[in-house]
Amino acid sequence: MVIPNLTPAIAEIFLACSGMLLLVYGVFRGDSSVRSVSWLSVLSIVIAGVFLSFGDGRNLTFNGQFIADDYARFMKWLVVLGSSLAVVMSISYNKTEKIEKFEYPILILFSTLGMFMMVSANDLISLYIGLELQSLALYVVAAFRRDSLRSSEAGLKYFVLGALSSGMLLYGASMIYGFAGTTSFDGLAVTLRGGTGEPAVGLIVGLVFLITGLAFKVSAVPFHMWTPDVYEGAPTPVTAFFAVAPKIAAMALFVRLLIGPFGVLLSEWQQVIILISVASMVFGAVAALWQTNIKRLLAYSSIGHVGYALVGLAAGSEAGVRGVLIYMAIYLAMNVGTFCCVLAMRRSSGMVENIFDLAGLSRNQPVLAFAFAALMFSMAGIPPLAGFFGKFYIFIAAVDAGLVVLAILGVLSSVVSAFYYLRIIKIMFFDESAERFDRAITGEIRLILTVATCFVLFFFLRPGLIVENAESAARVLFVG
Amino acid sequence: MIAAIAFYCFSAVAVGSAIMVISARNPVHSVLFLILTFFNAAGLFILIGAEFIAMILIVVYVGAVAVLFLFVVMMLDIGFAQMREGFLQYLPVGGLIGIILAVELILVGGSWSLSSKIQQIRSSPTPSLEKMTNTHAIGNVLYTEYIYLFQGAGLTLLVAMVGAIVLTLRTRRGVKKQKIAKQIARRPEDSVKLHNVQTGSGV
Repeated sequence: MVIPNLTPAIAEIFLACSGMLLLVYGVFRGDSSVRSVSWLSVLSIVIAGVFLSFGDGRNLTFNGQFIADDYARFMKWLVVLGSSLAVVMSISYNKTEKIEKFEYPILILFSTLGMFMMVSANDLISLYIGLELQSLALYVVAAFRRDSLRSSEAGLKYFVLGALSSGMLLYGASMIYGFAGTTSFDGLAVTLRGGTGEPAVGLIVGLVFLITGLAFKVSAVPFHMWTPDVYEGAPTPVTAFFAVAPKIAAMALFVRLLIGPFGVLLSEWQQVIILISVASMVFGAVAALWQTNIKRLLAYSSIGHVGYALVGLAAGSEAGVRGVLIYMAIYLAMNVGTFCCVLAMRRSSGMVENIFDLAGLSRNQPVLAFAFAALMFSMAGIPPLAGFFGKFYIFIAAVDAGLVVLAILGVLSSVVSAFYYLRIIKIMFFDESAERFDRAITGEIRLILTVATCFVLFFFLRPGLIVENAESAARVLFVG
Repeated sequence: MIAAIAFYCFSAVAVGSAIMVISARNPVHSVLFLILTFFNAAGLFILIGAEFIAMILIVVYVGAVAVLFLFVVMMLDIGFAQMREGFLQYLPVGGLIGIILAVELILVGGSWSLSSKIQQIRSSPTPSLEKMTNTHAIGNVLYTEYIYLFQGAGLTLLVAMVGAIVLTLRTRRGVKKQKIAKQIARRPEDSVKLHNVQTGSGV
């Protein structure tokens, strides 16, 4: 009986321990400790990110159930950024909305831990455990404003549909276990490569169920129904969190699962991914045209963005995976920035969420309007902003993989989606002034917004930073 | 022979009572049939020699979950008859999906073939009953090989607990509570004053 090698999982162990310690601290100090617990949670998540950078190479531990490689590290850094910024963004919001509780940052911390476990999953069971840890915390934070009917509804809806998707995922996993005789990704890869002739039907059916479950989590069409309602009902910083970190983690899992153990079945799953990717892109572009609520609009926009990222996965090549990684990094910056702008939409009467409330923002708050406009241009994919490069790498990979039609559909739907992004800019710059917003955005949100906007604006000067890291991260999935 | 008879008895009753769970008119009867289903499933587990899982099934599902269901059904006044009203309306779509799934499953069952490498990749086979009970066998791997999953599941339960408290605990303001420590720490010299009152002069 030997103790497993704990060093590859040091970041996870640190997060788990600090989460439990903060919980005890919070319980003893009561609600007066919200501020310190929040900042300590941010600190722990960031320290976990620092721990990540000590690891290198490909390390397996816990009997091969946990994997730490360049790919996992890249995705975990993105998750670290998304989660820690979400906590920072929530501090002043929760205070003014009077929903501050010390459990909130702790739940986000545990959900971050779940995402780490998802990204590092190398076994169907650890995949499931990570996914559940993550989602369970998300269900709770969605319903965090428990006195609001819409927030409770969002939490309940998310919970029921999430449970359904977990059920499908488990069913698929059990089929795969039944036909392959193993749950470990490495074992599956060996079995699938060793098999001669047609793969068993049960494996394919199981894989389809697994894809369904994961498509729910990344909110790809036709499994997107929960997204607009949950985004609208949840408190805004929670929505910002939902739009970023869980999507990144689920996408990381999706790519690792399909490219790794099921890589040899590329021809089998490629058509499924192409279908949900086209559906997401088109639906995300068309359905958002009629939205006037900014949070619903961003929900449809995120459905569309997931569609573009899936194009890279459908390519199934190293360039495609690199494209997905770059896309998710840029998506993170754009969404964090945009949600900072949404958080600034506050009048003395409370938060406003209608896009027509943005009218005349360019005269009232020109700097905010400029940042918002830059982010919207980037989301629409207009060069030379970051969003353009995200789409560029994806579509190039798709064309190289022979998926020309898919790339063309992607470009077309991105043109359609440009309409509603540009409409927001038009409302801000050319419409009659509406009542001005409170100038009460706090220093930390202003800082996050500035950094995100600068990233989006100046990405083209030094794309190498992210592209090279993404390249080395993508490579490890194709070795061996 | 007896094992085969027992298997068919258990599985027939399990399937029958599972159907009754969804078709019984009275929700309390549904829950009771659910309990019966669990018992029969436990019987099936015993037949394949998994006595630990059988007992866990009874303790956890019958003892806790089903009783909890019963509480919920009895305490919440849900119009189950009303909920069933949409049944016919959704029958065509639901039936179609059900048939497609059934066809898929039959295809899957028909193509059942075990991987040629299954013996090599089976990492933890169940030891025979003569060597150790399977409670012992599970214990042997649960805290060693599967420690990661065990701890992960533990954290998930912790999050569930925190979540339940966050969403339901309400601290009411203005409620006077007994503080025993304060009561005990109270000394006579802090709270009792002796006055010498002159007779006839009042306080």
